[in-house]
Amino acid sequence: MGRARPGSAATSLLAATTLALSGCGPAGGSEDGDTVRVGMLHSLSGTMAISEVTVRDSVQLAIDEINDDGGVLGRQIEPIEEDGASDEATFAEKAQKLLQSDDVATVFGGWTSASRKAMLPVFERNNGLLWYPVQYEGLEASDNIVYTGATTNQQIVPALDYLVEQGHESLYLIGSDYVFPRTANQIITAYAEANDLEIIEEEYTPLGHTEYSTITGEIEREEPDAVFNTLNGDSNVSFFQQLRSAGVTPDDTPVLSVSVAEQEIDGIGVENIEGHPVAWNYYQTTETPANEDFVSAFQDAYGEDRVTSDPMQSAYNAVYLWAAAVEEAESFEVDDVRAALDGIERDAPEGPITIDGDTQHLAKTSRVGEVNEDGLIDQVWSSEEPIEPDPYLTGYDWADDITEVEEGE
Amino acid sequence: MDAILNQVPIGIAIGAVLLLAALGLNFTFGQMGVINMAHGEFMMVGAYTAFVTHAWFDLNPDYALLLAVPAAFALTGLLGLALEAGVIRHFYGRPLDTLLLTFGVGLVLQQIARDVFGAPNVDVPAPAWLAGGVDVLGIRLHHARLFILALAVLCVVAIAYYLNRSRPGRQMRAVLHNRDLAAITGIPTRRVDATTFFLGSGLAGIAGVALTLIGPTGPTLGHNYIVDAFLVVVVGGLGQLRGTILAALALGLLNAFSEFWTDASLAKVIVFVAIIGFLQARPQGMFTVRSRALT
Repeated sequence: MGRARPGSAATSLLAATTLALSGCGPAGGSEDGDTVRVGMLHSLSGTMAISEVTVRDSVQLAIDEINDDGGVLGRQIEPIEEDGASDEATFAEKAQKLLQSDDVATVFGGWTSASRKAMLPVFERNNGLLWYPVQYEGLEASDNIVYTGATTNQQIVPALDYLVEQGHESLYLIGSDYVFPRTANQIITAYAEANDLEIIEEEYTPLGHTEYSTITGEIEREEPDAVFNTLNGDSNVSFFQQLRSAGVTPDDTPVLSVSVAEQEIDGIGVENIEGHPVAWNYYQTTETPANEDFVSAFQDAYGEDRVTSDPMQSAYNAVYLWAAAVEEAESFEVDDVRAALDGIERDAPEGPITIDGDTQHLAKTSRVGEVNEDGLIDQVWSSEEPIEPDPYLTGYDWADDITEVEEGE
Repeated sequence: MDAILNQVPIGIAIGAVLLLAALGLNFTFGQMGVINMAHGEFMMVGAYTAFVTHAWFDLNPDYALLLAVPAAFALTGLLGLALEAGVIRHFYGRPLDTLLLTFGVGLVLQQIARDVFGAPNVDVPAPAWLAGGVDVLGIRLHHARLFILALAVLCVVAIAYYLNRSRPGRQMRAVLHNRDLAAITGIPTRRVDATTFFLGSGLAGIAGVALTLIGPTGPTLGHNYIVDAFLVVVVGGLGQLRGTILAALALGLLNAFSEFWTDASLAKVIVFVAIIGFLQARPQGMFTVRSRALT
């Protein structure tokens, strides 16, 4: 699709603007000068750009804030921006470029599991450090990645606990056909067996699918107590629209989504999804002092009409956590920073978070919310306390068989 | 048994969507042989017309959609007219050039939509009277689907009347059968071409409005439907209204039933395999134009 030329032109333009914005020294600044280079690697073009640009904006905001406060170890952060172009091969290639040619101290980036899995060998080979901001399917813990989004026991498992608590006894599973929904549904099925939940049906549709009448028809007919939705992207729009015109309301059959956040609600149509639950660790409405600051700083920087979402907040936290680890280690070297990760804490917009050094995941609070009439999400349930990360679900007896899932798309 | 019966209206509904998307192509591709890759983007323009009538003119969503139908028809029709006059006219008989050019025009339209409305999907609220459905003999019929079906039937009736009863429609058919002979008898073939393109593009706009009821409204909306629309026209036979109708229904039903017995991913494969098999047996599609031309 001819992405090389326009892509790189746009990237250098953006890099130029970010340089101007963050007001740091000449582009040649290296770790020996008064700046430290970090990589920003998100999809600025292609189908994922809609989501990933919001995450990029949050990383930029955190970098600007830290720079205004005097930087890290007295150095200004100099972001080097690359475009992953919604293509996992490009992500791997650009990660290589950032680590080898630009010699960055760390990289913030990635969204889809496919992009993370493509970058992982690059970071392991070059001993780099990637901060990955999105909830994912678990079953991974690389020394070269810090996972600042939720793993399954901080999102999917608590969401199931919530549904059981609400008295639901049967579930209908619907997801896009790729690694995250399939792994998530494996976990859900194992959980259901252990908790007397009936799984009525497990359906997958291709990414970008728009025809859901067969599935909404089945949901009407089978009348499950609840639907667990792992659809990704545009498919959610069709699914919720057609579900509403089928007359299925959140009162009859709540549809719990794990990939729909504030950012997606407007496109789906508030009237189509209002009242349905979603599971994340953070909402724009989460009541913490840090969140008030984050939301107002973000809207000051990018406009009053912008919303904040869980992945954006996780990406924002990642920059601060990295800076704290660097200060703790008194070094920008990856090995030193990694050694300092364990126990780094922060009062984040989502509440207290702590890095677990073993898995390089975060302890974080789990929350279930309901979409309200303004298109924001109101919390209806929370785990109160941060939940320790358990990416391999070793602490759950019913999950014994799941840790063997094969990798790939 | 009820469950299986339920797939019939679902299949017809899917067919109605395919039919609406393909009706316009039946003119531009079927009648004129122009491969207009921007046809999907014309649907996108129609969908955004529905968004604009609601969001910019602040009309009540209960009837904004009804106003959007003629507005989208006129707007995309004029757009098609401009495309025909400005670009395609100069490339008649050069299908490859036309294909690439219209693909480029499609990309330009997508980018304009992105610049004007932003990259994320926009929300086109459905009228309240289109939510829910009715039960007929134990089969659930959704209002939104019935509306799309009604719209498709209305378009088909109007087209059939136009082609068979009206003077310009008959001229259009004459040009399709034998362009040279039609020209000799005094039919203004240039003007007929322009009219054909206007109608075909306008129908894409109507399809776009209908699509806002069942899917995301974004700059790449057309991409989701353009391939299916071409398939319907090819399977039905070029320039054959009844072929397009039959093909759309057959593909819709096949899709609904294969999805019911397998799953959505496999259903797509089954439909494609069936089409390949069908075209092996009848490369010219379900119906062909009977013509005395020697070509």
